[in-house]
Amino acid sequence: MIELIIIVVSAVLLFAITLWKRRSPTTLREIPALTRLLHTLGLSIEDGTRLHISLGSGSLLDARGGSAFAGLAMLRHIAERTSVSDEPSVASAGDPALGLLTQDTLQAGYKAAGVNELYVPTTGRVTGLSPFGYAAGAMYISKNENVSANIMIGHFGPEAALLTEASDRENVVSIGASDELSGQAVLFANTNDALVGEELFATGAYLGAGPSHTASLTVQDIMRWLVISALLGGAAAKFFGVI
Amino acid sequence: MRIFTAVIAIAAGILVLGGYFFPALADIQTLLLNWAIILAGMAALVGIFNLISVHTDKVRRREKGSTYSAILVIALVATFVFGLILRPDHSAMAILMSGIIIPVEAALMGLLTVSLIYAAIRLLRRRADVMSIVFLITAALLILGSATLPFGNIPLLGTLVRPWITQVLALGGARGILIGVALGTLTTGLRVLFGADRPYGGN
Repeated sequence: MIELIIIVVSAVLLFAITLWKRRSPTTLREIPALTRLLHTLGLSIEDGTRLHISLGSGSLLDARGGSAFAGLAMLRHIAERTSVSDEPSVASAGDPALGLLTQDTLQAGYKAAGVNELYVPTTGRVTGLSPFGYAAGAMYISKNENVSANIMIGHFGPEAALLTEASDRENVVSIGASDELSGQAVLFANTNDALVGEELFATGAYLGAGPSHTASLTVQDIMRWLVISALLGGAAAKFFGVI
Repeated sequence: MRIFTAVIAIAAGILVLGGYFFPALADIQTLLLNWAIILAGMAALVGIFNLISVHTDKVRRREKGSTYSAILVIALVATFVFGLILRPDHSAMAILMSGIIIPVEAALMGLLTVSLIYAAIRLLRRRADVMSIVFLITAALLILGSATLPFGNIPLLGTLVRPWITQVLALGGARGILIGVALGTLTTGLRVLFGADRPYGGN
């Protein structure tokens, strides 16, 4: 029942804060990786290079789907901004269902920019069906397709090192975030800038995806303080013999 | 059409979520999840066609690296045809799996080890800050505490320092990160349930 209460409280907070954020603009703290992401986004359009958005091999049918949806939200806005570029962004996924949504999301970005006719279905790809197969296929994109930045947001394990290594060899900027601890450690060591923990879910808010994304960050902060209070309260109660 | 797809997606999401808390919805939850599994299976087929389409396009336009694309398409089609004729549990298909796919993935794992060591060496050149130094010192302490050294174990490192780092510092940090990821997943899921994020139906 506690889980249901957490979900309901989060949902109510998200709804109320989204309405509130529509009226008042939000100031977000600076996250170096996301500042670099915005910088690379503008630069890629100017110098006629591609962005490669890697969404990892997370399945939508399990708990790893959250990071995949966060990656898709980011992809939607990147696609909209880079749709008129000479070299449109390429997105890769390691899960077939995620691959389908990748294509749909890319097309939605083009449609929002009013250039639906420029959309090329092969810019959204499934490069492999296992984590290593996916990494091997995605390495190929960084190497051969005039890519200037490799943005990895999603579920990545240690295989992320293969992708960052391939990017490094071609002087491609790497920005990464994973919902898995081993993937995060690898990305921290291998990328120019890594997003740690819940920063993965902040990309949409920083790209201007709308009030629901900034409201999500506020809800996460509130819930985090509640968890911290519960942990400290529980420890204190145990210490004093209350529980 | 947009509203129609959103209503279906939101209703399906709420029913599946509800199935975890209300036993009355468990049957419909199972039914919807079974449909999702079937659709995911179909999506695999679509994904494979996408892979073939991308690589045949590269071969046709003679792009850089098109030889590898040709090898990939030939291998994929051959494996698919043999799988259909012989069935996946045939010994020849098992040999294909254990003789090619598993060794290739093992080789990639080997490459990964070298890549990680190389990345650790270059970390300070890439990002010379306090966190990078802490990261490298921690990694070095854990490796020295776990490795079998020719002159024997370093006193206290394997028995005191390594367990303290892994079971106190790293475990605490990992739990903190995982709580953050869980909260992020929760709010992302709620945005999809509310229809604020709609990564479907071309919206």
